[in-house]
Amino acid sequence: MSEAVIKVEGMGKRYRVGERERYYALRDVLTRALTAPFRRNGQRRPADYLWALRDVSFDIQQGEVVGLIGRNGSGKTTLLKILSRITRPTAGFAEVHGRVGSLLEVGTGFHPELTGRENVYLSGAVLGMRKAEINRKFDEIVAFSGVERFLDTALKHFSTGMQMRLAFSVAAHLEPEILLVDEVLAVGDLEFQKKCLGKMEDVSKGGRTIVFVSHQMNQIRRLCQRVLWIDAGQVRRDGPAEPVIGAYEQSSLAATHTERRESSSHESVWFSGWEVVRRRGGESNSVSEGSEPVSIRVRVCNQQSIQRGKATAFIYDGRGVLVSGWSFDSFQLSPGNHEVFLTFSNLPLRPGAYNVIFSIYDDHGGQHYWTLAPPLIIEGTAVTHFMDEWAGVLNIPCSLECRQIEFSTRGN
Amino acid sequence: MSATAEMPVLAKPAVLRITPPPRWVALPLGELWAYRELLYFFVWRDIKIRYKQTAIGAAWAILQPFLTMVVFSLFFGRLAHIPSNGLPYPIFYYSALLPWMYFAAALQNATNTIVENQRLITKVYFPRLALPLSAVASGLVDFGISFAMFVAMMAYYRIRPGAAVLWLPAFLLLAVLTALGVGLWLSALNAIYRDVRYVLPFLVQFWMFASPVAYPSSLVPEKWRWLYGLNPMAGVIEGFRWSLVGQGAPPGRLLLVSAAVVVVVFLSGAAYFQKMETTIADVV
Repeated sequence: MSEAVIKVEGMGKRYRVGERERYYALRDVLTRALTAPFRRNGQRRPADYLWALRDVSFDIQQGEVVGLIGRNGSGKTTLLKILSRITRPTAGFAEVHGRVGSLLEVGTGFHPELTGRENVYLSGAVLGMRKAEINRKFDEIVAFSGVERFLDTALKHFSTGMQMRLAFSVAAHLEPEILLVDEVLAVGDLEFQKKCLGKMEDVSKGGRTIVFVSHQMNQIRRLCQRVLWIDAGQVRRDGPAEPVIGAYEQSSLAATHTERRESSSHESVWFSGWEVVRRRGGESNSVSEGSEPVSIRVRVCNQQSIQRGKATAFIYDGRGVLVSGWSFDSFQLSPGNHEVFLTFSNLPLRPGAYNVIFSIYDDHGGQHYWTLAPPLIIEGTAVTHFMDEWAGVLNIPCSLECRQIEFSTRGN
Repeated sequence: MSATAEMPVLAKPAVLRITPPPRWVALPLGELWAYRELLYFFVWRDIKIRYKQTAIGAAWAILQPFLTMVVFSLFFGRLAHIPSNGLPYPIFYYSALLPWMYFAAALQNATNTIVENQRLITKVYFPRLALPLSAVASGLVDFGISFAMFVAMMAYYRIRPGAAVLWLPAFLLLAVLTALGVGLWLSALNAIYRDVRYVLPFLVQFWMFASPVAYPSSLVPEKWRWLYGLNPMAGVIEGFRWSLVGQGAPPGRLLLVSAAVVVVVFLSGAAYFQKMETTIADVV
């Protein structure tokens, strides 16, 4: 039904390491030129290059909303910069069908000495709007920003928040066929962020193609159907949003906990594996519905009889916040292989990856613990605040209703 | 789909191919035309900002050449008795300062424009050529204001320009192209080597003394006159004096050499700039 509007093939971008330093001084070039004859032939230092992107290929169809995720420095922004023509690739090519608008920062083209009104025009023009288009949308832009009163004040007298609102309003009214967005929603006050996110949703419903970089998995979940996970300059995974995000979160959790001790051989208790007990199929470490009972089976091998032991379980979220902990006294375990079941009546946690630490204390108070690997994945849809930092850890549905009450003056 | 009532500005509606930079890049004239409104906005911004928060605003455009003219008239004219070929010193100097002041300011603005718009360059795409172009164009407004002052001075001295004044736009164009050509070279170089910034004031100063601003080019021996023409501003300034006050012979051979030099500088500057454009966002 649709054709690729963005086609990237074998794309690579190489930077000279150090090239991103401020700038060359002529002196450096001169000394380099002067000393060159004295360096041994063919002994130019080779490993001065860094591939910010390497052999990246993918297609994006018309109307797709694609999230780009990955750690800092993985190449997401470089990719956006190439697609928006700010910089050129070193290898490969991209084909783009249609008018491209890019939002790599908020307030591109703003000048502090100019008034709000003048900046709307300037920024609009820089982002690719025509003057007639800005004229037509001017009132709408100003109304969206909510800074009408200060339109003829120099921008430098605006608060940062106001500048951001105005800037985003201009950007939000850009109507390209393909929109490239780099984590610009992470600005401004909450109410305004919500407004922006809503605007982005409208844009995507309008059939336009969006490529969106964010570290806020909630935003990605809300906006994108498809996610590209970029890792060390390459596409690590590409597919429907939820599994890719899950895998990404899992990998970043695993990365932060690699130093955690696995149970070692000289211990009397060790853990050999775990899974979610489920009636239906699915990945063994994921919970699809947190509002239903969840049972986790941990396989334990025990050598010495435990009579007066204890057990504890803790769940940490991806940021290392303790979600909940439990302790179980009078824990008994005979020697041999066991399956230990942890059963929760429900796990109303936000979708994401979680570390579960399970410990067994033997009769002598010796602790044997294990961070369940791979981490526990909770699937589903986040129903809490749209910003990661305000959503907390629980995923409890909540509704809001208003009822007017008759105000009575009779008191005393 | 909504929003395609107006013609697209960005890219062409057809396929855009993003590839590694080719060895040579053609002048993107078509693209510049597509971005003409942005060019206009850059010029508009430069002009708006130039005299923001100054007490007398655009009057500076008159005061700067006027005060320089007064100083030149006093020191070079009254004290050093440099010949002005029979012209009143104020007219003699102001007619040269008109193109010179424009040129010096345009060159400085063009040179700094890439570095000053660093943030813009690394965040959004547009033909980078728009920046030096607009820097050179926005200086023309100041030129216009100071030119009005010159008209008043001509009236005061009751000097009536001849038909030669019709040549004035040609000389102005030559000044614009000189500033643009050199500006293209220097702005691209400045993006990589910030040394340019420190060299520029000296360059402008030396260049002024190498141009017939403070003296008539008739002071230069006849047999070296053609060599003098290698400095395009020599041709421009002599041209201004000739066309405005109709004094002296039309600067024929001098001008031809100047024009040839300008063409070379402009084309090579544009080629170098285009070559740099592909990597400018990575380097600046």
